[in-house]
Amino acid sequence: MDAITIAVQLLNGVQYGLVLFLVASGLTLVFGILGVINLAHGAFYMLGAYLAWWIASYTGSFALALLGALSISFVLGLLLEEVFVKRMIGRDHLAQVLLSFGLILVIDEARQILFGKDVHSVTPPEWLNGSIQLTAILSYPVYRLALCLVCILLAALIFYVIQRTRLGMIIRAGAENRNMTRALGIPFDTVNRFVFAGGIALAALGGMLVAPISTVFPGMGDGMLILSFVVVVLGGIGSVTGAALGALMIGLTDTFGKVFFPQVSSILIYVLMAGVLLWRPNGLMGKAP
Amino acid sequence: MSEIMLSAKGLQRRFGGLKAVSDVSLDIFQNEIHAVIGPNGAGKSTLINLLSGDIPVSGGKVLLGARDITDLAPNTRAMAGVGRSYQKTTIFMDSTVFENVRLAAQAHSGHALRMLGHVRNDTAANASTQAAISETGLTERSGTIARFMSHGEQRQLEIAMVLATNPRVILLDEPLAGMGQAEALRMIALIRALKQGRGVLLVEHDMDAVFALADRLTVMADGQVIASGSPDHVRNHPAVRTAYLGEHEVAA
Amino acid sequence: MNRSLTQPTNLALGLVLILLIALPFFAPNYYVQFASKAMLMGMLALSLNLVVGFGGLVSLCHAAFFGLAGYMLGFQSPESAGASLWLSLPVALLVVAAVAAVIGTLSLRTRGIYFIMVTLAFGEMLFYFFHDTKIGGGSDGLYIYFKPEIALFGQTLIDLDNSRSFYLLVLASLVMTAGLIRGLVNSPFGHALQAARDNERRALSLGFPVFRLRLMAFILSAMIAGLAGYFSAAQFGFVAPQMLGWHLSATVLVMVVLGGMSSILGPIVGAFALIGLEEVLKSAFEHWKLIKGLIIIALVFALPGGLQQLTRLVLPKSEGPHTGKDSDNQPVEADHAANLGSLSDPMTGLIQPPMTSANAKGLQHV
Repeated sequence: MDAITIAVQLLNGVQYGLVLFLVASGLTLVFGILGVINLAHGAFYMLGAYLAWWIASYTGSFALALLGALSISFVLGLLLEEVFVKRMIGRDHLAQVLLSFGLILVIDEARQILFGKDVHSVTPPEWLNGSIQLTAILSYPVYRLALCLVCILLAALIFYVIQRTRLGMIIRAGAENRNMTRALGIPFDTVNRFVFAGGIALAALGGMLVAPISTVFPGMGDGMLILSFVVVVLGGIGSVTGAALGALMIGLTDTFGKVFFPQVSSILIYVLMAGVLLWRPNGLMGKAP
Repeated sequence: MSEIMLSAKGLQRRFGGLKAVSDVSLDIFQNEIHAVIGPNGAGKSTLINLLSGDIPVSGGKVLLGARDITDLAPNTRAMAGVGRSYQKTTIFMDSTVFENVRLAAQAHSGHALRMLGHVRNDTAANASTQAAISETGLTERSGTIARFMSHGEQRQLEIAMVLATNPRVILLDEPLAGMGQAEALRMIALIRALKQGRGVLLVEHDMDAVFALADRLTVMADGQVIASGSPDHVRNHPAVRTAYLGEHEVAA
Repeated sequence: MNRSLTQPTNLALGLVLILLIALPFFAPNYYVQFASKAMLMGMLALSLNLVVGFGGLVSLCHAAFFGLAGYMLGFQSPESAGASLWLSLPVALLVVAAVAAVIGTLSLRTRGIYFIMVTLAFGEMLFYFFHDTKIGGGSDGLYIYFKPEIALFGQTLIDLDNSRSFYLLVLASLVMTAGLIRGLVNSPFGHALQAARDNERRALSLGFPVFRLRLMAFILSAMIAGLAGYFSAAQFGFVAPQMLGWHLSATVLVMVVLGGMSSILGPIVGAFALIGLEEVLKSAFEHWKLIKGLIIIALVFALPGGLQQLTRLVLPKSEGPHTGKDSDNQPVEADHAANLGSLSDPMTGLIQPPMTSANAKGLQHV
């Protein structure tokens, strides 16, 4: 295999990892801040993709689709937090699992009613629809490069918010000690609501951004949920840095696994997870409980 | 001098950059109560957790008799003869006194994980359960669900559970915390009886109780031992008076 | 008073059992098959409750054990005849036990949310293993053309092609499984397992090897799930990756909670209730899954203790299913015992209602 092919696969792996990070960071933040396990995270990834397809098919504009789908997901997140998730804080994980499983069924069926179960594709905007010629026979789609760029910018934004802003400070303090922040008079309920809605929005955004390079199909959320879980297990609950690390590891393992070990590629990431569990059961960046 | 039951050799424990326990050595002798005192945050509870194995050490050794138990998990240490109580009462609230103590006895009855047969048919466990309950004076309360007992009785129950594990060394983490005067007096008598044939480590804030019970005293501050010896020796130790006993008067 | 309140329960149980035995002799075949399916789901729910209810470990990979055993039957079934049950069942259960030992060893290094995620991930690993490789026919699955044979010296003992015989064998297995779990829960092992659930640190400091204890429970429960999966594959003559998917694990979890985690037979009731409900919804609504989802959400908020909670609301307190035993001399405690099943109270009791302090009182006379 020549250097160019490896470079292209590397790029694919990093790009896959970046999308994974986007989705998984939402999941890990909701775990870390609210202490709530949300199995419906993948369902929102799926919903985001369908919303983007739906809006794009009506308006013809990818930008409008992104904006619209993102707003709808965020508002949906706020609503769900207010109606259900708020009551889940402090309840045992079993109740949280059941609630989010119920939500998955509802979201899946709502998608069925609203959008059907067909497989769709989304066209990226015209100016991103080309390819860059790498060699005589190899080219790389511009949209994938743009996707990488957008993901990197978003990742930078997430890190900036967490490390540098007042909201981020509250989030970090809250992850450390929920009761203390509450005692200090920090409006933790509001923070919770926005973290949850933000997490949902990140999942949905992942689905929207991926829509032009893969297909939009009903089962896409399940696969993403499992991958996000593996990312969070690798990185450690609540750690955004860990999520970034885990996501890139998974992205590269999966991409190169498909190239070098096509027979067992779907198992490789679990082997990776098993290895990390043996070595650091609380994840690479996780703290001992 | 009687036999050393448990000893700590240069124990260390860091939490991140914080040295919770640094270079602590002490011995617990048979038939003696060794009390550890010190202001809040001195590292007393961490010391107990290091001795019981609840927290792994960052350095140093724990010896049970001549056996190095530093790397043993808490359950293995318990099987080897280290029993402990917790600062916050940890009993099974929805079970009766008898069930609580039987559980402790079961762990040491030789078939702790047997899958056949009803748990109540374990005669060996039942016998040591009865013995531990009567030793702690809870015979009358045997059928009572733990949740419905007074705080003092719950702590007595915890001691009974420790006793049922047939320990050689007992580590007590503030057994008198939150007790009324009458309850405390009963507990003090109970603790005094515990040392027969065993070694007892007592971490306690109640100075009257400590001086009434201790055969040997170690004073800790900032994770270190600042004085150790007989109660009289410690009482008159100048560093202790300034560092600790003074503060105690204010706190009381 | 003690007797008068436990006897009706036993009587009711006996009546239900007689009814179940008689069912295939008067009910149409459709219902017999439906009941077989529900009982197998009940068995799966029983197995899950051993780790979830009594072990406090929320596992989301039990469907994988269920499906794995099904695949094992598929692999061992020749195309032109049935596999011998004497051989294929032990092989299937041993493979499941081995896989559960590996998954359990890794997963049990974690706690809480981690454990849920890790078990789900490993379960999905098995799903993708069968989905993406050709070993088990890929996403199409595998047909089992003939049911396993139960024969001795060439003589067929039970003909599983007869849906009545199949039903009765499944019923017998279910009763045995329930008996096994009941025995386990009351055994020293069961008490240690529940102690570790209620307070892991305490259980350790008493000397219980909590990790080994949980691993044993995990493997045992996986094998029971495998037993259900083996029969399930035999019943439908077909295995597909969906059998291993986590949606089934989650559905079984719903059955466990619906039936009540604190009781031994609750999960079976939950399985019958949920499968029955699904059947009704399917026939009445096109978008029945939406309603199923809403019902699950409602269950979480309104009935965290499951259907048992409902019976307590309907029946007067002293006649609740588990309150009777203690109510003669310890009304407060009995009342408390009645609430033990509540999900909202994570510190549910060490000793479950059917065997509260009555046992200990008996023991004082020993």
